[in-house]
Amino acid sequence: MSLHPRRHRWRTQWATIVWLTVVWVFLWGDLSVGNVLAGLAIALAVTTGLRMAPIAFHGRFRPAGFLHLLGRFVLDLVKASFEVSLIALRPRYVPHGAVIGVQLRSHSDLYLTLTAELSSLVPGSLVVEAHRLTGVLYLHVLDVRQSGGIEAARQAVLDQEERVLRAFASDEELDAAGLGVRA
Amino acid sequence: MTQDQWTIVADVASAVCLLGGAFLAFAAGVGVLRFPDLLARMHAGTKPQTLGLALVLIGLALRLRSGGAVWALVLVAVFQMLTAPVAAHMVGRAGYRTGKVRSDLLVVDELTSDQERAQVRDQGRPDDDGPRD
Amino acid sequence: MTAVIWVCGVLLTVGAVLAVIRAEKGPSMLDRTIALDIVVTTMIAAVALYAAVERRTDVVPILVVLSLVGFVGSVTIARFAAVEPEGEGRVRTREEIAAQEAERMNAEDQAEGTRRSGRREGYDEHHGGGAEGEVRE
Repeated sequence: MSLHPRRHRWRTQWATIVWLTVVWVFLWGDLSVGNVLAGLAIALAVTTGLRMAPIAFHGRFRPAGFLHLLGRFVLDLVKASFEVSLIALRPRYVPHGAVIGVQLRSHSDLYLTLTAELSSLVPGSLVVEAHRLTGVLYLHVLDVRQSGGIEAARQAVLDQEERVLRAFASDEELDAAGLGVRA
Repeated sequence: MTQDQWTIVADVASAVCLLGGAFLAFAAGVGVLRFPDLLARMHAGTKPQTLGLALVLIGLALRLRSGGAVWALVLVAVFQMLTAPVAAHMVGRAGYRTGKVRSDLLVVDELTSDQERAQVRDQGRPDDDGPRD
Repeated sequence: MTAVIWVCGVLLTVGAVLAVIRAEKGPSMLDRTIALDIVVTTMIAAVALYAAVERRTDVVPILVVLSLVGFVGSVTIARFAAVEPEGEGRVRTREEIAAQEAERMNAEDQAEGTRRSGRREGYDEHHGGGAEGEVRE
């Protein structure tokens, strides 16, 4: 921890404050000065009153990677929902599930959480257990046959992690994960 | 196109979205009844449900067509997508820890084998204390 | 438009009813939790359908609140899920209830008897120690 905890906290919490203000403005629906100020006041009160562990975000926001992540995510979400609906509605079909463990390549809580959230919403997999210290995600695959096998399901999670890293990670983190920087 | 034609187009698009969303919610209900296992039922609870709700909200936004309420609908969809995987994950973890998951129905179960290996390793080191994780 | 509303309403109702059937059948607490989570999300969809039909914007805060709070129930139950014994999910018949009650009262009478006779000896043992259940580190 740094020697100036209060200053340290403001700097790392600004993203949370911005996010809370955005949520407040969205709730009220119109972008007026009063709403933004009220949102800022409430966000400040919440972040100073309810103290949570600040998430260390050393990464860099890459717009191209972020758009790619978002687009693929929307496509995968639509595909996943229809696949699960098909399995549910097809008569006399029993899905055979499996639980696989995937070793993620990055060493940060934030990317682990993001990958876990996104993997839960896309085809075939659902996060059952996550070990923070070792960076392993355990996922339950709904139907092994539909996902193309166990190794294909594992590779899908690793691809999801790669898309998350390419959207948010800094260059050092990308190198540490073994993914080269794309030009 | 005139204002009336846009209205009709928006209404038709909204009806399509509402139908799609209701169908996915229905599929989620069928899924949670039919699937054989606790973990499989969680799939039915997150994926079709989330997209179904998003489609219904898009249909509602197309119908409302104005006003600040539309932004709040974006928030509802985002919250649903953030919280559904978390709830499913906690239920799955609780299922594993209380023994509700039946390993024999699964093709491959790496979590149980890893947990057993960790237990064997822990029993070999008697001075290891404190909970894991 | 009316046909669309009817079809959507029927689909949502049937989905919710099936989820409630699973809530009744589900062999464990966690199955019931998932089923009720689905019922809450179906309620959000139904309120949104109503708002779309009537073109009302004042019910939208209901959607926001439901989506935020609807998952708290399942997370709470999952967090505090204890190991349930195998026969817990069944509805007991009247004879079984009577038998279990009789057994419980017998066990209580026996425990009371041993406690009364052992109190005089056990009192000195606790004199220098802490209260029962105190956590020692």
